[in-house]
Amino acid sequence: MSSETRFTDFKSDKQPTWCPGCGDFGTMNGMMKALAETGNDPDNTFVVAGIGCSGKIGTYMHSYALHGVHGRALPLGSGVKMANPDLEVMVAGGDGDGYSIGAGHFVHAVRRNVDMTYVVMDNRIYGLTKGQFSPTSREDFETSTSPDGTNQQPVNPLALALAAGGTFIAQSFSSDSQRHQEIVQEAIEHDGFGFVNVYSPCVTFNDVDTYDYFRDAIVDVGDEEFDHDRTDYDDARDLIMDREKEYQGVLYQNEDSVGYEKREGIEEPMTDIPEGAPEGAMDLVREFY
Amino acid sequence: MPEDLNWAVGGEAGDGIDSTGKIFAQALSRAGRHVFTSKDFASRIRGGYTAYKVRTSVESVESVVDRLDILIALTERTVDENLDELHEDSVIIYDGERSMMSDFEAPGEMTALNVPLKRLAEDAGGAIMRNIVALGAACEVTNFDIEFLDESLEKRFGGKGEAIVDNNKEAARLGAEYVREETDISTPYDLETTDSDYVLLNGDEAIGMGALVAGCRFYAGYPITPATDVMEYLKGRIEGYGGIVVQAEDELSAINMALGAARAGARSMTATSGPGIDLMTETFGLVATSETPLVICNVMRSGPSTGMPTKQEQGDLNQMVYGGHGEVPRFVLAPTTIAECFHKAIEAFNLAEKYQLPVYLTADLSLAVTEQTYEPEEFDMDAVEIDRGKVVDEDSIEEWTNDKGQFQPHAVTDDGVSPRAFPGTTEGAHMSTGLEHDELGRRTEDTDMRVQQVDKRDRKVDTAREQEDFDYREFGDPDADTLVVSWGSNEGPMLEALELLEDDGIDVRFLSVPYIFPRPDLSEEMQSAEDVIVVECNATGQFADVVEHDALTRVERINKYNGVRFKADELAEDIKRVLGETAEVEA
Repeated sequence: MSSETRFTDFKSDKQPTWCPGCGDFGTMNGMMKALAETGNDPDNTFVVAGIGCSGKIGTYMHSYALHGVHGRALPLGSGVKMANPDLEVMVAGGDGDGYSIGAGHFVHAVRRNVDMTYVVMDNRIYGLTKGQFSPTSREDFETSTSPDGTNQQPVNPLALALAAGGTFIAQSFSSDSQRHQEIVQEAIEHDGFGFVNVYSPCVTFNDVDTYDYFRDAIVDVGDEEFDHDRTDYDDARDLIMDREKEYQGVLYQNEDSVGYEKREGIEEPMTDIPEGAPEGAMDLVREFY
Repeated sequence: MPEDLNWAVGGEAGDGIDSTGKIFAQALSRAGRHVFTSKDFASRIRGGYTAYKVRTSVESVESVVDRLDILIALTERTVDENLDELHEDSVIIYDGERSMMSDFEAPGEMTALNVPLKRLAEDAGGAIMRNIVALGAACEVTNFDIEFLDESLEKRFGGKGEAIVDNNKEAARLGAEYVREETDISTPYDLETTDSDYVLLNGDEAIGMGALVAGCRFYAGYPITPATDVMEYLKGRIEGYGGIVVQAEDELSAINMALGAARAGARSMTATSGPGIDLMTETFGLVATSETPLVICNVMRSGPSTGMPTKQEQGDLNQMVYGGHGEVPRFVLAPTTIAECFHKAIEAFNLAEKYQLPVYLTADLSLAVTEQTYEPEEFDMDAVEIDRGKVVDEDSIEEWTNDKGQFQPHAVTDDGVSPRAFPGTTEGAHMSTGLEHDELGRRTEDTDMRVQQVDKRDRKVDTAREQEDFDYREFGDPDADTLVVSWGSNEGPMLEALELLEDDGIDVRFLSVPYIFPRPDLSEEMQSAEDVIVVECNATGQFADVVEHDALTRVERINKYNGVRFKADELAEDIKRVLGETAEVEA
């Protein structure tokens, strides 16, 4: 790690193919700044993503990266971190990737609490497949696959995380770049699963959850007048269950959290193994006497 | 066939059948006798019928036979289930004081030995030990020194304290005494002992041990019969080497975690059975395309769908060789003995890393859950070699960078294998993806690069064919006109079938093939034989299809798919039948 790392060191020379104005630009920039700010560099950073617009992030960042199959980014990231706890692992996903096909993994990644950061670029729509409703789309939202409006309730990702025993639950807005970066930074510094749901507007297919909408709707729980104690579970639950407002900030943090890999006693990267059988290997055979 | 004794304990699931059988098998092994075990079990926790069978001899035994000499029957159904295998010298040990067995009478000429198992167990300290009383009785019936049983009981119950061990020993002694003093049984059985020290293990355990020794440090899996023993073996042991076993939420997660760990530089494995392989198939493609070394252990059971989870089959060959969308190279290794499960596990990790691709390591249920004795030296730790392939470090990475100084993890090479940089390597940062990619690992739809990358991945298989020894094992008469080919656990019964056939004047050459893909070229052997018979535990002959295709010659097929493994005597009869049929056709 180098203290001289700049966030631009995390930029690859590939130009993003995201639509101009896409919220994902801001989401990614905040991630890169947060990584640099927390003393990481491209050689110790591992970025994992699934499929969709969010899945492209590994291409645009410069680091070790894995672009997985749809919905499986969290198990991939968990494996990377457990096998090498020295790496800074960031998992990026979209609302479809994370809360639809990957919902099962999401709940279990939360409760497993591996020390990594999960950033979900939530635009409440399927962008790359050109405009179908997503698990976070509002009820009655009209899309190409719901011309009469969706008749499914949107999932509440923060509530899912809280119910699964989440130890760090936060939400940010990609265009509020300073706050977004701070929140991701706190998620990185959290020992355990740092979950950040990022409102990352889709300018092409979602004309409801727009920048203007979020700008007006967002309430920052970090504001002084709000006086939110993030370690107060009941308070956090009330905010998370309140679907009338769009909250930004760290809603809940368990400060006693210890990452899964640490609790499992993983201290060293698993990269080095003996050139032959390990010493005392015959004892493994003798167990079968 | 060796001079053998065939013993079984049977009852309902939940009766402690498995541990009772294991204790006796271990006692025989401690007494320097070879042991081969088999299990009849159903997919339920309690009730039903379950049995643990032990075949033992002073010579090596590698299969089961259709004969049962001593049967501990905790239920009458146990006797009914095994009626075909019982004979006039069989001894059935049962508890006539149990209401469900009170009217029991031995069928035919065989001996029914009524021992008050429960009552004697209570005398020794608890009814739960009734199976141990029965073991003591079995020792007496077979003239087997009960002190070996004591050793086995110490091993089994040592962790629970001296009192428990002593009570169990007492239970066994009461069982033996009862037979000696209260009955007038005389049997022809006499279990002689030797000075040999054997180890007794099953295929799943051998795979787990091989993985550990090979440097596997990351295991993620989801419990599934009959693969779970691999996970249970590694859990509690791998930690001592700085590794971890993760019980994932499902098979999708398991293979993805294992893939993540492998990309991070760990030797990594997952194990599952057929239905789990189905779930893993999407990610299997990612493993192959991202060129990640990963060992995927498939312990086969009867399919399709959930099929018969506790029954034998070799039905997943097509899935392993062809499964997945698109075309990707993979290796499929199929050990044919329990000891080979150990050796092939080590080889699987070396092949995975040398060629940077997924390796299926497959055992069938019969190999996985049955136990066999071996000389400890069979597991020669000094011979273990670890080959991690083309791993680059900070000093060597420059050779593999382009003119912009970027590392090329998918460099197009003559042998098809590219360099590999573990994350953390300075200047090695790169992207891996399931999308088609260029040499840097970045997405591309460039037509030339697509062809180059596909060819590069395929080239690994050709390279491996040149560099590795994908051989078969040969048994029987090398000059025989009849050639039998098989894979997996059929080797054991086939070896004994060879002897039976020889006794009948039929010479057979037998090839046992542990490499399914790439596989050895058998065309010459097959074309020069008069009759080629492929033996396997599936209905359609999946292995027969591939070797028939390779050799461009027709084969006869012996297929068993009722859920039970081949038995030596049955196999010999099947081969005679096939030869008889072909002879008639020719005539």
